[in-house]
Amino acid sequence: MKKYIIQSIRLTLVLIILLCVIYPLSIALAGKLAKGNGGGEKITQNGKTVGYALLGQSFTKPQYFWGRPSAVGYNAAGSAGSNKGPSNPDYLKEVQSRIDTLIKYNPGLKKADIPAEMVTASGSGLDPNISEQGAAIQIARVASARHLNPQKVKELVALNTLKPFMGVFGPSSVNVLKLNLALDNL
Amino acid sequence: MNTELFGIIATFLLTLLIAIPLGKYLAKVFAGEKVWTDFLKPIESGIYKLSGINIKEQMNWRQHLKALLTINLLWLVYGFLVLIYQSKLPFNPDGNPDMTPDLAFNTIISFVANCNLQHYSGESGVSYLTQQFVLMFLQFVSAATGIAAAVVFFKAFRDKTTVQLGNFWEFFVRSITRLLLPLSIVIALILTFNGTPASYEGKDQFVSLQGDTVNVSRGPAAQFIAIKHLGTNGGGYFGANSAHPFENPNYLTNMVEMAAQTIIPLAMVIAFGCFIRRRKLAWTIFGIMTIGFFMLLIPSLTSELGGNPAIANMGISQSTGAMEGKEVRLGPAATAYWSTLTTVISTGSVNGMHDSTMPLTGLWQLLGMMINAFYGGCGVGILNYFIYLIIAVFISGLMVGRTPEFLGHKVEAREIKIAALVTLLSPFLILAGTALASYIFTNHGDAAWAVQPKNWLNNAGFHGFSEMLYEMTSSNANNGSGFEGLGDNNVFWNISTGIVIFLGRFLPIIGPVAIAGLLGAKKFIPESAGTLKTDTKTFALMTFAVILVLNALSYFPALALGPLAEYFTLIK
Repeated sequence: MKKYIIQSIRLTLVLIILLCVIYPLSIALAGKLAKGNGGGEKITQNGKTVGYALLGQSFTKPQYFWGRPSAVGYNAAGSAGSNKGPSNPDYLKEVQSRIDTLIKYNPGLKKADIPAEMVTASGSGLDPNISEQGAAIQIARVASARHLNPQKVKELVALNTLKPFMGVFGPSSVNVLKLNLALDNL
Repeated sequence: MNTELFGIIATFLLTLLIAIPLGKYLAKVFAGEKVWTDFLKPIESGIYKLSGINIKEQMNWRQHLKALLTINLLWLVYGFLVLIYQSKLPFNPDGNPDMTPDLAFNTIISFVANCNLQHYSGESGVSYLTQQFVLMFLQFVSAATGIAAAVVFFKAFRDKTTVQLGNFWEFFVRSITRLLLPLSIVIALILTFNGTPASYEGKDQFVSLQGDTVNVSRGPAAQFIAIKHLGTNGGGYFGANSAHPFENPNYLTNMVEMAAQTIIPLAMVIAFGCFIRRRKLAWTIFGIMTIGFFMLLIPSLTSELGGNPAIANMGISQSTGAMEGKEVRLGPAATAYWSTLTTVISTGSVNGMHDSTMPLTGLWQLLGMMINAFYGGCGVGILNYFIYLIIAVFISGLMVGRTPEFLGHKVEAREIKIAALVTLLSPFLILAGTALASYIFTNHGDAAWAVQPKNWLNNAGFHGFSEMLYEMTSSNANNGSGFEGLGDNNVFWNISTGIVIFLGRFLPIIGPVAIAGLLGAKKFIPESAGTLKTDTKTFALMTFAVILVLNALSYFPALALGPLAEYFTLIK
């Protein structure tokens, strides 16, 4: 028994050096070659960081495309979903009020055209994407707030649409931050 | 929609493509045959030398279990101390506080047991030191513990009669050097180059396009996420687990993470067949596991892609499926696939919130964890399946009126008693635990705990009951996912699930290893016309029936009170 205890202690120490020092440090070192030097890829505007490429952020003004509802208000230091169950009555009221808000700010929008992701909270609270349909229903609003030709905004949406992986795997999506940045840079 | 289905089909095929050769490789590694990774031998010799280990020393099954339990106990003590003093220790750039003793108790058992149930949130609850030197360390060694235990079990059936079952330390170290570490490096690199942070920089702050000030948690996450999946651990670096865009940046990483958590459990079944030179047996086991997996996957897919009926009633079309708690870049199909994988295999990582999935999806998730043997966790999956197999051998033996045998060894009263105890343990822990929680919720709602029992549930009614049932089931299965709406960071849940995780981990390891050790030591009886063949389709179906009947009898009432009841209220 005593032998096992001593062997366990020594083996644990050796493995800590291998698994908790050598392994993560070498990956961190290799990560220096990745985008954002392994600290997360940043997006800049006029030399200032305005966000991370992978993290969604809150957009509420009419001249910006809106992202998905977030249970944590896009807090990138406290990610979480709503964890609301599908039959929860309070939750269903919240969904109804999101539908009403969308219809209020997007005149002419029909309920049946609203995609599910625009009225439901994401898993992380930081979802950077919406679907193509989620962007399409906002084009009229954004164009009128910015006094732009809707066709021009539509082209920007198309430019910022990410096709399925290798063209055939998974959904397509629109990165809201990149799209809004492109609008600002027009 | 179609591209989403192509995505999961491709992922499953990719998994098979890796897992089958990996299984053959593992059988050779543990049998000590020549493999291409033998160039790592000097490193292994160095580890043995520094640790004072002589791998030529043969152990019997009792010695194996002693070694396994000793080192696991040591990790419990070491980790507990770090967790309760982490704010005073270095590498804490975000200044996160110490854990309370009950939370530390829960967390350390959870990580030692390969469960990774998390009652803390990664961004605010742990330091970088804890993440790397305790949690990530345990993700490696707990997976290796499971694999080594499974190899001991393999050993018992390789030779006709034997008590010499190899050296525990050798199996354990080789699981790391030949399997977990090299593959983790590959996966961590893929993640890093797709955008997952890997550096040690602390929190960042920026002003968003619209003018809000935002804090961003970062840290060495890629290293952690690689082994979290490979070792079927599942504990997230960030609170939102693999739904977080840093943990799972795009569809490619999603495919990689889904494959990563599946390959070792699959490979272990193949390795079993090659190792004991009975490939047909392994393929029948593999077949049953796969059928079970698809029987849970397909209804989960249809219920998620169908969307939430209550939201459909509001006039929203949900053409892509139910989206609450899911991410646009991954889509509902990949989330349904992941939710099935992560519950049949004991990973417990999530790429979408299980609490918000449809009631029937929740039912399949629960059932996957209750059965816990359709592939199952790293190493322990096949041990769990073995218990069902022994029960099936016993029942078949009774039916034909012969002494049951398994691989040439008589299965007698002692082995059956152990198997029965292990089988009964799960329903006991899950149902008694849920009953106790429900009792406290209804009768002691005002107890002065960090979260008062009356405030435990994020969703009232049947769904609330499911939240409690899920927590206990996930703990017993060493799964670690949760219906995270549950207010679980308080003394009741921390202590109760801590105990359930501990018992649910170690008894189902001790049981099968003991049975295998006892059987292996018995006289070998050559096969004759009267032998019950365990590698036939008939016997495989028998095992499948045993699995279904045992679990249906144990859990149907509880499942009817939770997800089934919610389903019927939702479609009414």
